[in-house]
Amino acid sequence: MQTVFSIAIDALAYGMVLFVISIGLSVTMGLMRVVNLAHGAFAMIGGYIASYAARDLGLAYGFAIVLAVFGTILIAIPIERLLYRRIYGAPELTQVLMTIGITFCIIGIANYVFGPTLKTVPLPAQLQGSVDLGFRAIATHRLFAILCGLAVAAALWYAIERTAFGVKLRASVDNAAMAAALGVRTEIVYAVSFAIAVGLAAFGGVVGAELLPVEPYYALRYMVTFLVVVSVGGAGSIPGALVACLLLGGIDTTGRYLMPEFGEFFFYLAVIAIICVFPRGLAGRAKG
Amino acid sequence: MTVPGREWAVPQGGNMKRTILAALAALAMSGAAYADTIKIGVVGPFSGPFALQGKNFKAGIDAYMAVNGSKVGDDDIEIIYRDVPQADPAQSKALAQELVVREGVQYLAGFYFTPDAMAVTPLLEQANVPLVIMNAATSAIVTKSPLVVRTSFTTWQTSTPIAKVAKDAGVSKVISVVSDYGPGVDAENAFKAGFEAAGGEVVEAIRMPLATNDFSPIMQRIKDSGAEGVFAFLPSGPTTLGFVKAYNENGLKSGGIKFFAPGDLTQESDLPALGEAALGIQTTFHYAVSHVSPENKAFVEAAAKAIGNPAELSFPSVGAYDGMHVIYKMIEATGGEQDAQKAVDAVKGLSWTSPRGPVSIDPESRHITQNIYLREVAKADDGTYYNKEVQTFEKQGDPGLAALK
Repeated sequence: MQTVFSIAIDALAYGMVLFVISIGLSVTMGLMRVVNLAHGAFAMIGGYIASYAARDLGLAYGFAIVLAVFGTILIAIPIERLLYRRIYGAPELTQVLMTIGITFCIIGIANYVFGPTLKTVPLPAQLQGSVDLGFRAIATHRLFAILCGLAVAAALWYAIERTAFGVKLRASVDNAAMAAALGVRTEIVYAVSFAIAVGLAAFGGVVGAELLPVEPYYALRYMVTFLVVVSVGGAGSIPGALVACLLLGGIDTTGRYLMPEFGEFFFYLAVIAIICVFPRGLAGRAKG
Repeated sequence: MTVPGREWAVPQGGNMKRTILAALAALAMSGAAYADTIKIGVVGPFSGPFALQGKNFKAGIDAYMAVNGSKVGDDDIEIIYRDVPQADPAQSKALAQELVVREGVQYLAGFYFTPDAMAVTPLLEQANVPLVIMNAATSAIVTKSPLVVRTSFTTWQTSTPIAKVAKDAGVSKVISVVSDYGPGVDAENAFKAGFEAAGGEVVEAIRMPLATNDFSPIMQRIKDSGAEGVFAFLPSGPTTLGFVKAYNENGLKSGGIKFFAPGDLTQESDLPALGEAALGIQTTFHYAVSHVSPENKAFVEAAAKAIGNPAELSFPSVGAYDGMHVIYKMIEATGGEQDAQKAVDAVKGLSWTSPRGPVSIDPESRHITQNIYLREVAKADDGTYYNKEVQTFEKQGDPGLAALK
């Protein structure tokens, strides 16, 4: 029984870190219909900014997170205006080629500016060390990551389902021309959603840095996992992504605990099975 | 003919013009061997996720040439680099072929990954080119061709002494945890052989996928196994950080489970990131940047200048530095002529003082015999972390070769 609890808590922590990073990608892919392979690169930029702010400038952790989120958005604005704007509504292949190109550029620049070594984001004293849960110890920052994941999920769900902006966003996604005719400024809606998605990526990059350390190849190394989460959850669906993260985190953790020599066999087996039954993901919408 | 290339050796039937061209080309190529410039082809990961290790190759080579000059006798030395970003035997072979045939290199060197080096060994005899391996660490490579010399280390060589260290520390039950790929399996076998010989018991051996990010479940397994210590091997880079952190955070360190590993886990360029978490971890390895000797001081100075940022300096640089030493000796012995067998014979038994300490090339295996050091991660006065050498295992050969037989 202790083992079951132990696996469950690990799965929850891992799943939540995945969720925080992947949810931004779910927004771009599902709501904006852009296959954004540069998502990992934005998460990485966030990690680099936070690392630079906290380690080299000695700023507080919370401030480093804020700086990372807004810094990354600031960097993303010209990229959105000059490059992404051209591929909204373009065929997937064009989008893939454009965004993978952007990713490689960012990898090269990160390597040149920060060097190829690992960068960490130093944690404040409150998040260091571990908490004793009675039956086992768990790192404090993992609990923090779990809380961040829940907060992000709740805030996003509220913003999309319950606010005026959410209504405009859903309208623009379903039928951009009609929404524009009704007075919704779709350009602004898209720009804001893109900024939110990039900000979430940066946030995830910082919060997840303990698990996925920041280095230039971060941008590609974990991209497959993020894409898997989005496709299993159903692009654009927040509950879907949440369930997918917990499910995949659980399967991955259990497999790794009980039969590590099978590698990621169970993870991908589960992915194949889920995609066979739900081709659009667990909570995917039909294409509009 | 000095450089046989199949396409020139067998001219197509009756085409006179082509035959003459081929003959001319062959002449030009054999002329190159006596010319003033001797070319050395270096294959390594100079871009991509392992670019740091390639950078270290280049730093070691540049440092050697800065200290010892870029001339051997009257001959100028020219290095030609070729990039294989990730283990890719087919590309490695193609690039080596190109280096030999088009660039006319007399020596091949470098090679970070075992499969890349393995793919090149069948070419050596026909090309009349020695291969000096500056990193690839699987024991079997030297047996694939008599023209291979290695100046780095093998995983067996660095992982065997730690077994004795573990036993001496009073640990008799150990769980082995390695990444599931060639060197990881080597490390597992080496440790098991060494530890059982010392009278210990490996209670469980776990092989984890290379792409593991979250090590908490593994740590739980280690706890549940009831072992008193853990032996770990992971390739240098991002995963080691996660592993060491998970070891601390899941209460293994405070629970008194001891940590043993070869030095790949605490390579100098990862230490700033590992920081506090790695403090006190004991590893065995052939080289620490902090090694105290006049030779190492000179080397670190030159290599730090070559690489730009001294914090990026790591073990492949010393393999490359000594590789260059061996190649210079080969060139001296052959007087700049291309004779691979003579060159290799000349360095058999060669001994010198490397930045890592006294070393020699074993005449039989052509692998480097060297001291292996037990190091502990310590904090320097300026707040940086380094591998502090605490014990020396002198003149270690490669136990992995005996295991192959």
